[in-house]
Amino acid sequence: MFGGIHLIRHDTRIDFMRIHKPLMFFSIFMVVASIALVAVKGLNFGIDFRGGILMEVRTSEAADLGGMRETLSNLGLGEVYLQQFGSPQDVLIRLRQQEGGDAAQGAAVQKVKDALGTSVEYRRTEVVGPKVGAELIWKAIYATLLALVGIAAYIWFRYEWHFGLNAILATFHDVITTVGLFSLLGLQFDLASVAAVLTIAGYSVNDTVVIYDRIRDELRRYKKLPVSDIINQSINKTLARTTVTSGLTLLSVLAIALFGGEALRGFAIALVWGIVIGTYSTIFVASPMLIYSNLRGLRAKAAAQSTGPAGQTNVPPAGASPAGQPQTSAPKTAAPKAGATTTPATAKPK
Amino acid sequence: MLNFQPWKISLIVLTLLIGVIAAAPNLFSRAQLDAAPGWLPKDQITLGLDLQGGSHLLLEVDVKAVIEEQLNGVVDSVRTAFRKANIGYSDLGVKGNSVTAKLRDTTQIDQARTLLKDAAPGLDQSVANDGSITLTLNDQAILDRQRNAVSQSIEIVRRRIDETGTKEPTIQRQGADRILVQLPGVKDPEHIKALIGKTAKMTFRFVDTTVSADQARAGNLPPTSEVLPSAQNGGDGQPMAYYVVQKRVMVSGENLIDAQATFQDAQPVVSFRFDSLGAKRFGDATRENVGKLFAIVLDGKVISAPVIRDAITSGSGVISGSFTTQTANDLALLLRAGALPAPLTVIEERTVGADLGADSIAAGKFACLIGLVLIVLAMMLLYGLFGFFANLALVLNAILLLGALSLLGATLTLPGIAGIALTLGMAIDANVLIFERIREEVRNGRSPIASLDHGFNEARRTIVDANVTHLISSLILFMLGSGPVKGFAVTLSIGVLTSMFTAVMVTRLIVVLWYRQARPAALPV
Repeated sequence: MFGGIHLIRHDTRIDFMRIHKPLMFFSIFMVVASIALVAVKGLNFGIDFRGGILMEVRTSEAADLGGMRETLSNLGLGEVYLQQFGSPQDVLIRLRQQEGGDAAQGAAVQKVKDALGTSVEYRRTEVVGPKVGAELIWKAIYATLLALVGIAAYIWFRYEWHFGLNAILATFHDVITTVGLFSLLGLQFDLASVAAVLTIAGYSVNDTVVIYDRIRDELRRYKKLPVSDIINQSINKTLARTTVTSGLTLLSVLAIALFGGEALRGFAIALVWGIVIGTYSTIFVASPMLIYSNLRGLRAKAAAQSTGPAGQTNVPPAGASPAGQPQTSAPKTAAPKAGATTTPATAKPK
Repeated sequence: MLNFQPWKISLIVLTLLIGVIAAAPNLFSRAQLDAAPGWLPKDQITLGLDLQGGSHLLLEVDVKAVIEEQLNGVVDSVRTAFRKANIGYSDLGVKGNSVTAKLRDTTQIDQARTLLKDAAPGLDQSVANDGSITLTLNDQAILDRQRNAVSQSIEIVRRRIDETGTKEPTIQRQGADRILVQLPGVKDPEHIKALIGKTAKMTFRFVDTTVSADQARAGNLPPTSEVLPSAQNGGDGQPMAYYVVQKRVMVSGENLIDAQATFQDAQPVVSFRFDSLGAKRFGDATRENVGKLFAIVLDGKVISAPVIRDAITSGSGVISGSFTTQTANDLALLLRAGALPAPLTVIEERTVGADLGADSIAAGKFACLIGLVLIVLAMMLLYGLFGFFANLALVLNAILLLGALSLLGATLTLPGIAGIALTLGMAIDANVLIFERIREEVRNGRSPIASLDHGFNEARRTIVDANVTHLISSLILFMLGSGPVKGFAVTLSIGVLTSMFTAVMVTRLIVVLWYRQARPAALPV
């Protein structure tokens, strides 16, 4: 029977801990660079946050951008941004927020409609007044922080605060560099982008938790192995899962980016980046950072509380291979026969 | 592992069945569903305005204006009360949230205070030594009035929109002073915006003929009158005429019970009917003032100023004033629906054409399908038979998700479609975790049954932990997001729940059923 391809050999042993320091500097550099980028270059805020007018029109023939620009520039509505997207008939018109409060925005839309006439189809019109924009920014910041706090609290509750702290640091890393990417590429930053950032945070933590779960497991199992070995071993053991999940999620998000239509493209690009950076940060930020936490102290505490056999601390439980060593005797893909005695394993009685 | 209790199996199958039945209506058109027998479920996924086309308007009630008007009313009552009682005063006016006045004779303070208790009930009084009286609206009173103004506005907006025949509008309060209006299928909201934007406060008042409009505009205006422009504009965009109109209201629009657009001498006019109180007042006023002019004032503009020829005691009349059929209809509608307590402004507008919505759905469906196919192929390739099991669970997951969205009446938005695609990608994670774990156990030499058992049990905790954090962020998105973002959060939250169910329960059930049948010597993972 076909058992499938093993993408990552189970005896893969990459020494992640050895390269974690230079990568950590790289991560710090990316975070600092992102903050600097946002500070200097700023973000290309969409009308959700900046307020203003956005209209999507479809012309009956290929759009004459120059003509449209001239017509609209003469209306005295400030700078007019025209952008062609999708088909040559589709044009995105953006106007800055009009002076004169909320009523002036509606008047400007009417002016544009009068100027362009009825030969164009108005596919989308969005107007955000000055008050709403400011509120939406705060709401977005508030939501992001609240989500991070909620996630940290849960991890703290389920694990130890070291894990919570590191998971949040890694998530911040992902969120900040994502915002940096928006700044670097000049992608429009709007409400959907905030949703994308929060999704990335969720994904990143999801990924981190899987490896943390394994680290905690291994910490209990191999009580005398150095923490850095445990981390290495845990990352390696979950590497197959990490690769497959990230790969498949990436596939589905790529499908949206390529085929999901114009409206979702920016959103999907952010998610593509988020999956890559989220996976990276789990392996190279969230996990290695744990060695700077006093997990040993925790372990000692846990051991003192546990009723387990104290004398066997270095002996892996039955059925497990010796810590960190590939089990060379086991066949790579074919499983041992049920009840076989060729391996030292004993099935756990059920 | 193999002891899957029958009740558990039935529960899982039942859940899946409900999911399939709930999702099924989405395969049919509305017309087909309407023709189906009544006992069949008919709830389809509600599409957001960005997918079905329509207009989303966020209106703000000018609550300040409500308070201002209220305080101006207090000034009038104070003036009348003092005059009647012959109390001398100066500096009567509105200051912030208070009305102040200064008495000339401080010995009259007590008398004034008793008087004001009736003239301005509900206001806090305070008196200074120099004889100035301050009447203040306290914060609670202000809040109450604002709340009332918003509720009343919602009611009026609803009536006006209903009159235009818009199908299934949503009108709800948002925050302290906002009203959210959603109009599915409305492509050009300009007409509705114009209707909503009118306060439609109508009054019938006498024209003040003691001064001419020109004199009055030059500053020679009696304090009991004001100058109002005509509603019609001349050729130069300026009002055609100005009228000097008494401030005192003879009859107000609140006394109208009906208004209709009709024709008189082939001209569109608006006919109206007063309630009994209005009819009596209008009858009395017209009887005593035959030959004089009265003005019909709408939102501070004079629509027309006819001469009173006879006493109008029937309680009905017509308003003429160079209307078109459309403007006559609109005016009648506004009068029927009633006046807004305060002006409304549109502070956010998002309108999407139906074509664009349909294009977005098509693109989203296509992307989801491509994503699904890619994942299905990859899973088969990576995990063989188990990958097939996972795919079965994945498809069931997609169906459950659609079913849950239909049952809950959740709104599917454009980012929500992205949420579905993302969920499909992530749903597979739980199965990947389980399968990798099983592979590990197999490598460690456990028997197939023990490997399955361990794989599922060990992975389950990880799956729950990993998904709960994800659920937290999507729930927060749901609470704080609005519109399309909320839609994204809904699909994501439901997706996380359904994928946990399918991965842990459904895949497990499928694997167990297979194992019981096949009893393989080795697991094909």
